Amino acid sequence: MDVNEIKSQFPIFSKKINGKSLVYLDSSNSSQKPISVINRLNNFYKNEFSNIGRSIHSLAVNATNKFEETRVSVKNFINAKFKEEIIFTKNATEAINLVATTFGQQNIKEGDEIIITELEHHSNYVPWHFLRENKKAIIKFAPINNDGDIIIEELQKLVTSKTKIIAVTHLSNVTGTIVPIKEIVEIARKKNIPVLVDGCQSAPHIKIDVLDLDCDFYAFSGHKVYGPTGVGILYAKRKWLEKLPPYIGGGAMISEVKKNKITYAPLPEKYEAGTMPTAEVITFNESIKFMESIGINNLMKHEKEITDYALEKLKKINSVKIIGNPKNKAGVISFTIKGIHPHDIATILDEDGVAIRAGHHCCQIFHEKMNLTATARASIGVYNTKDDIDILCKAIKNCQKIFDLK
Amino acid sequence: MDLKELYQDIILEHGKSPRNLGKCEGYNHDAKGYNPLCGDKVHIYLKLDNKKKVESLTFEGEGCAISLASASIMTELVNGKSFDEAKDIMSSFLNMIKNTSEIKSNHLDDDQKTKLMSLSGVKQFPMRVKCATLSWHTFVSALEGKKKEVNTEQID
Ligand SMILES: Cc1ncc(COP(=O)(O)O)c(C=O)c1O
Repeated sequence: MDVNEIKSQFPIFSKKINGKSLVYLDSSNSSQKPISVINRLNNFYKNEFSNIGRSIHSLAVNATNKFEETRVSVKNFINAKFKEEIIFTKNATEAINLVATTFGQQNIKEGDEIIITELEHHSNYVPWHFLRENKKAIIKFAPINNDGDIIIEELQKLVTSKTKIIAVTHLSNVTGTIVPIKEIVEIARKKNIPVLVDGCQSAPHIKIDVLDLDCDFYAFSGHKVYGPTGVGILYAKRKWLEKLPPYIGGGAMISEVKKNKITYAPLPEKYEAGTMPTAEVITFNESIKFMESIGINNLMKHEKEITDYALEKLKKINSVKIIGNPKNKAGVISFTIKGIHPHDIATILDEDGVAIRAGHHCCQIFHEKMNLTATARASIGVYNTKDDIDILCKAIKNCQKIFDLK
Repeated sequence: MDLKELYQDIILEHGKSPRNLGKCEGYNHDAKGYNPLCGDKVHIYLKLDNKKKVESLTFEGEGCAISLASASIMTELVNGKSFDEAKDIMSSFLNMIKNTSEIKSNHLDDDQKTKLMSLSGVKQFPMRVKCATLSWHTFVSALEGKKKEVNTEQID
């Protein structure tokens, strides 16, 4: 894989930020977009625009076909069995809310238990918290150790006859921990408990095979996979989508509407009410093509090389502490520098054209557990190079110079 | 944008060794402030005498250099001021951060104004304004005896 060639596909890297070349290390937040994706969006609006599904004119037929082509591409991308198992939402957050709400409505009653973990993004906690509030459900947190790994034996101990669902991240957006989902699913299967996987960070970085994982639900966001904003994906096993009630009501999700009776559309329309982000979903197909053009194995190999290089270089800088040391780690590196608050780090790095994130990264439970208020995070994408890491390290040293710490 | 304007020596110095840290003895007002976006926290301890003059003012907090320096400088400048003077300094400070680069309050001498103006660089860094203002809002909350925690997402 030729990273410079790949980088050249991203127009943003030919722009100057604060007069400097951009070193973008915030892909966990959202990735940059290749020209093919940008052009697709533009072309659709310029030459092909129509809403889908409602009209029978040629533009509508074309748009509808293209929309469904993306569904098939997503199905193949995550190796789902049926294309009806792919539901488009506005983001992963909405996908998780869809499951929490509809599953909760049907299956959760007072005293029932939901297991999540201390690694979760707020998006995979707050929707379950609503069930705690509305249904008096109980949320149990599977603990993590200091390395940032979920302690699987402890998770297993939390399972009781009242456990109704387990919701867990596939890849931590703070520590880069790759969670052994199959082990968790195996525990859940023994008690017939469904498992939801938050795949926001795994989808852009590792191979996804929902059949192999055998999870019941898998959610991710297109904008982190080199795609446009406004596209979320929910994969759910067909039996769940057939059984669960609809989420949002309105046009397109209905079959027959009478004054005294409404029936719902078949899958996947049952869960896609109203006008969808048509252009974005259609454009997302280009993002999948982009991922496929690189090949997931090449991408993983490249990102591992950059991550290992970054870890090695960062560890050599005085007073830099890497947060967590998971068994299996992807390119998400959170760190602190003694004597400098993460916000000051982010502001100073920005002046050198280095974009990182500072804060709690929507994981306050994790930060509290680790006794941290905030961390700085450098996250790696397919376009990052060793040069980027060198510039990052130099900028960190500059930070220490400004703060007179060496 | 100019980093040097943001991270002036005086800010770095106050950030590193904040003044008036801890709980002041006999405080009769206190208030907490929180910035949910970054997790910065401050707890203001205030002793007002019976004429509502600031007899002592201290703080505890966790945060970036800007937020610690701002709190530290505030405790120095507001100490000994009356209720109204303190509020006037506060609005002058907020005006500086948001609009002008000057401090217009009549209740500070020139050295004190210069010190406070060291924080004016924040204006060029919109994401950091709340770091600088958190302790001030929390101070006013303590001054006015409000019970609710100050949350930077709920004030402008
Ligand atoms: C692990 C994880 N889950 C969920 C989300 C939420 O994604 P979105 O904001 O696209 O819904 C994110 C994004 O930051 C994430 O990293």
